[in-house]
Amino acid sequence: MSNQPRASGYFRTSYAQDFALLQTRMQRVSAVLFGIVLIGFPLIASAFYTDLATQVLLASIGSLSLMLLTGYAGLISLGHAGLLCAGAFTAGILFKEFGTPIWLTLPAAAIVGALLGVIFGLPSLRLRGLYLAVSTLALHFVVVYLGGEYETKRGHSTGITIDAPIVFGYELYGGATWYYVMLVFAALTLFLCVNLMRTRVGRAWRAIHAHETVAEALGINVAAYKLLAFVISSAIAAVAGALFAYYRSFVSVEAFSLFLTIQYVAMVIIGGMGSLLGAILGAAFVTVFPYVIEGVLLKLPNAQAYAGQLFAVNYAGFGLVMILFLVFEPLGLVGIWHRIQTYFLLWPFKHRPVAGARK
Amino acid sequence: MESRQTSCQFESSALQLLVNILFLSSIYALIACGYVLIYRVSRVLNLAHGELMMVGSYLLLTTAWMFAGSPVTAIASAVALSLTVGVLVYVFLMRKMTGEMVLAAVLTTVALGILLRGLMVLIWSAQQQYPAQALGFSNPALALPGGARISLFAAILIGVTIVTYAALFTFLRFGAWGVRMRAAGQNPLLAAQRGINLHAIYALAWGLSTLTGALAGMLISLDSGLTGSMVIIGLKAFPAALVGGLDSLVGAIVGALIIGICEVLAIQYIDPLLSDVIPFIVLIAFLIVRPWGLFGTREELDRV
Repeated sequence: MSNQPRASGYFRTSYAQDFALLQTRMQRVSAVLFGIVLIGFPLIASAFYTDLATQVLLASIGSLSLMLLTGYAGLISLGHAGLLCAGAFTAGILFKEFGTPIWLTLPAAAIVGALLGVIFGLPSLRLRGLYLAVSTLALHFVVVYLGGEYETKRGHSTGITIDAPIVFGYELYGGATWYYVMLVFAALTLFLCVNLMRTRVGRAWRAIHAHETVAEALGINVAAYKLLAFVISSAIAAVAGALFAYYRSFVSVEAFSLFLTIQYVAMVIIGGMGSLLGAILGAAFVTVFPYVIEGVLLKLPNAQAYAGQLFAVNYAGFGLVMILFLVFEPLGLVGIWHRIQTYFLLWPFKHRPVAGARK
Repeated sequence: MESRQTSCQFESSALQLLVNILFLSSIYALIACGYVLIYRVSRVLNLAHGELMMVGSYLLLTTAWMFAGSPVTAIASAVALSLTVGVLVYVFLMRKMTGEMVLAAVLTTVALGILLRGLMVLIWSAQQQYPAQALGFSNPALALPGGARISLFAAILIGVTIVTYAALFTFLRFGAWGVRMRAAGQNPLLAAQRGINLHAIYALAWGLSTLTGALAGMLISLDSGLTGSMVIIGLKAFPAALVGGLDSLVGAIVGALIIGICEVLAIQYIDPLLSDVIPFIVLIAFLIVRPWGLFGTREELDRV
């Protein structure tokens, strides 16, 4: 982003240039190329890879929302799975009880998410760091319990099934269709996040993250912006949960264990705190990781012997990777990416000039 | 899950309820002191405590197979091994996180928990196992005066909890290392200036914490078998530690009693499904009213 060194002098001479999302021709060209690749992907990829890409897109919506909260506003949440669960159950319950169409359930999920965001966020006005994380963790259990209560009380003890939604007479069904749905939602989320970060709200969050007292002294309403962070993040997460429910056409509390929360936290850490690119990279990494492990394990000799142990290997491998990132690369994948970028930009030199030069 | 089975296995009278509360509270108290020990000394919340507790009970299973026929050796070596595991966790992992942001350390323990869960399934499989059988113990129900009943290992667990707390109090009050631990917890910089080896203290705290957790794990698994869902008990004990105040041992006992009472009564009179949520609901209530807990010190809570 803007704090990275550029290959040659680039000077903005008008406000239009200053406001532009994509600033150089190179950026515009690569964005268009990347867009074409994303749109063309399901046409060439097999059903398996399309499904995997859809999962990555869905995970990036969730991780972007967590990144807003944790990476930018600096508020720790261990209740992300609870919010996804709330969104999924809002969609599931509305569909099951009232047959509500998707264009109503998604906003409903967003509203439920926003309300839950206020509840999740209220402790943040008094608590910080560890204690805040713990309060969101507790709320996660409460939300999941309520979902489980609904399942058992209404006789859906194995879960709620949801029919494929119909939009403008077109049934959203099949891998490629859902890939495009997720792509649209992920792109919208990214667009929203990028722009949020460039506005007063984003600056306020970063100020709060950097130093709460100073932010307060600068005239930022800390309590309001903290709550806003929770509300926006939770609303997006709940929509992601509802999309997940439609995509899987099935909702069950089993899917929203504590492990899911940890996976989302891992996406933010592995990707790199305080970077939207990091959120997407982390989502891709964490989603693809189990498939890579599976692929590698099944290539080994006598693969059948440990086929049953796959999930345990996944768990162990996932924990190990998370530890390695926390200990050795706290900046995450984005840190590695920036280092590679800087290496090539500065080549043949190793270090930036010490003083005097602009970044 | 297990706690529900064990605490509800006998039909309930008022006295039986009391016994159930006492048993559940002892479980929570024995586990919670592990959270308190580490937090008090190093301000790290160890969210892998539930998993470390399970490692303890699996170690007992292994030593029971190794030293078949001599249960005392098996138990003693399992206890010693779990102390070692705790120290090793500190030396190889948590030592790298000292001085880092508290949150990074907490997330490291979360990651450690996941790693351990995977490794435990790989080594010992995910099936339900019974260390009591491997050791050749039976678990008869004892009749108490007044018609209440309690299983043998549940009674032992209550006893062990009392002994553990007595030992910890004595150690922290009078033992040279105990005083050093308190000093390190109070002011690490000053303690280091006075020649206290902080790394040794932290390692000791991790060792002791894992040891007490493992004791709880072993006794629970002797009482009702050993499965992956035991982690949940470990996590449910954490509200007990926080309600009492994360840096207070007395608080852990009181917190465990509060959580135990609420949980048993909720199971009895409202809905057994509540068993897994009640501790967290109590936790939320306390976080709103008195976040530093009943006996904890009010401190400037760390920024992320």
